[in-house]
Amino acid sequence: MSLHIKNLTKLYGRQKAVSNISFEVGEGEIVGFLGPNGAGKSTTMKIATSYVPPTEGHVTVGGYDVVSQSIEVKRITGYLPEHNPLYLDMYVNEYLRFIGKLYGIRGATLKNRVEEMIVLCGLTAEQNKKIETLSKGYRQRVGLAQALIHDPAVLILDEPTSGLDPNQLVEIRKLIKEISKNKTVIFSTHIMQEVSALCNRVIVINKGKIVADNQLSNLMKNQSNETVVIAEFEGNVSLEDLRGLTGVKTVEVLGSSRFKIAGHSGIDLRPEIFRFAADRKLSLLGLRLEENSLENIFRELTSIQEA
Amino acid sequence: MIQVITKEFNSFLNSLIAYVVIGVFLTGMGLLVWVFPETSVLEYGYADMDTLFSLGPYVFIFLIPAITMRSVAEEKKSGTMELLLTKPLTDWDIILGKFFACFLLVLVALLPTLIYYFAIHALGNPIGNIDTPGVIGSYIGLALLGGVFCSVGMVASSVTSNQIVAFILAAFLCFMLFTGFESMATLNTWSANTLLIKQLGILYHYEALSKGLIDSRDVIYFVSVGAFMLMISKTVLSSRSW
Repeated sequence: MSLHIKNLTKLYGRQKAVSNISFEVGEGEIVGFLGPNGAGKSTTMKIATSYVPPTEGHVTVGGYDVVSQSIEVKRITGYLPEHNPLYLDMYVNEYLRFIGKLYGIRGATLKNRVEEMIVLCGLTAEQNKKIETLSKGYRQRVGLAQALIHDPAVLILDEPTSGLDPNQLVEIRKLIKEISKNKTVIFSTHIMQEVSALCNRVIVINKGKIVADNQLSNLMKNQSNETVVIAEFEGNVSLEDLRGLTGVKTVEVLGSSRFKIAGHSGIDLRPEIFRFAADRKLSLLGLRLEENSLENIFRELTSIQEA
Repeated sequence: MIQVITKEFNSFLNSLIAYVVIGVFLTGMGLLVWVFPETSVLEYGYADMDTLFSLGPYVFIFLIPAITMRSVAEEKKSGTMELLLTKPLTDWDIILGKFFACFLLVLVALLPTLIYYFAIHALGNPIGNIDTPGVIGSYIGLALLGGVFCSVGMVASSVTSNQIVAFILAAFLCFMLFTGFESMATLNTWSANTLLIKQLGILYHYEALSKGLIDSRDVIYFVSVGAFMLMISKTVLSSRSW
């Protein structure tokens, strides 16, 4: 196992940031770490990079313990911190060389690695600029480049796409996907689409506890406890009639003749509604099974704990 | 550690800091030693460098905290400390790297004042009438004092993320360490311990060195105070994991 977290608890003063979480990330796996703000994502990542020590529990990265073997952990991990801190008064080239040297890369190897990273992260035109003159998207690329310079086995990215415009978002995601082949990657985000764009497995954390650790497709299947159909008719339909259909739990009026009809999980209401319309000689303008949206899953998962 | 020294020193050179520090120090010392009548060697009439060595520490009290104030505080504020601390570096690498970069800058600023020695050497009557061992001892003393001030500056910079606080704290601590103990020793309450109190301060050892007699006890004093200060800053940096 590349990343192994067991019964991890972290207290900041008396406040519990992370509470007894355990999970494992295998070699070559990409995992999305999801949760609302303040859920404990960053704290977990900071512990995994041995920046802050755990209060309780064990964390190993590549077999090294983050407390007793922190230097080894740091050597094999690439880390992009949350706000992507950079030395703004350095040139891109100079900065990458400096970080490379910190990892003990020297001479020709260093030169090659820096060039490779500049090409990989699309910084060729910017390599001789000062970091302070770069836009946020390019700074993010510099941050990624520094995390990758030593070809780490484990890559930890804390909100790598926050604050980017839609174009940059797509590019950075593509970049992460490209570099993440044959690496263990764990990245945090609070955007569900990000996970579906990058990987399959997702760990959802809320208030310091893991609320889901599963394949995204499974989550989408399991989380929905009702099936929702959106139906639109021509002409008037009474709400009572719809409610009377077999299998219908709730009906909600969306527009003049548009309804959101929810049934019990697993039962497709569409044939029933079609027959209903046919019986009454009503024209059916639309009939659509609503997929449980990513946002809904996220909201469901992260509100469970509060109830 | 070497990488941190290089990076820090380069950032002094790439920003204005190095030039301002060196420029201000040399201009100030030049004016005091050669131009201002109250302190000028030319007016004074004796071929010695006392002006440089007696006023130098006071200039350092302001200048060195200005060099060191940003070293840790700025990195903490801008978040780059997290970057450094997640690289394979020990806390000592970071603290010592930053300390030596500051110390190096101080030494570079001090270096051109060697010209004063040759100028006064030539102006002496007869030529060469200058207390060379005294000058050597004083230079060693001033360099060591610069090192101690740098280490004090590192402590001040590690305890806060505000550079102004770091500057004021460092200047105050340097001042207290330099003359504070000396002045405190004049209080009437110490009776037999007066000498001990004096010996705690820098001035006592600094003056001893400037006589040209390089006593290992004085050197050990400077080195151990510096080491102690660096240990405090390292401990403060490590305290993030408490």
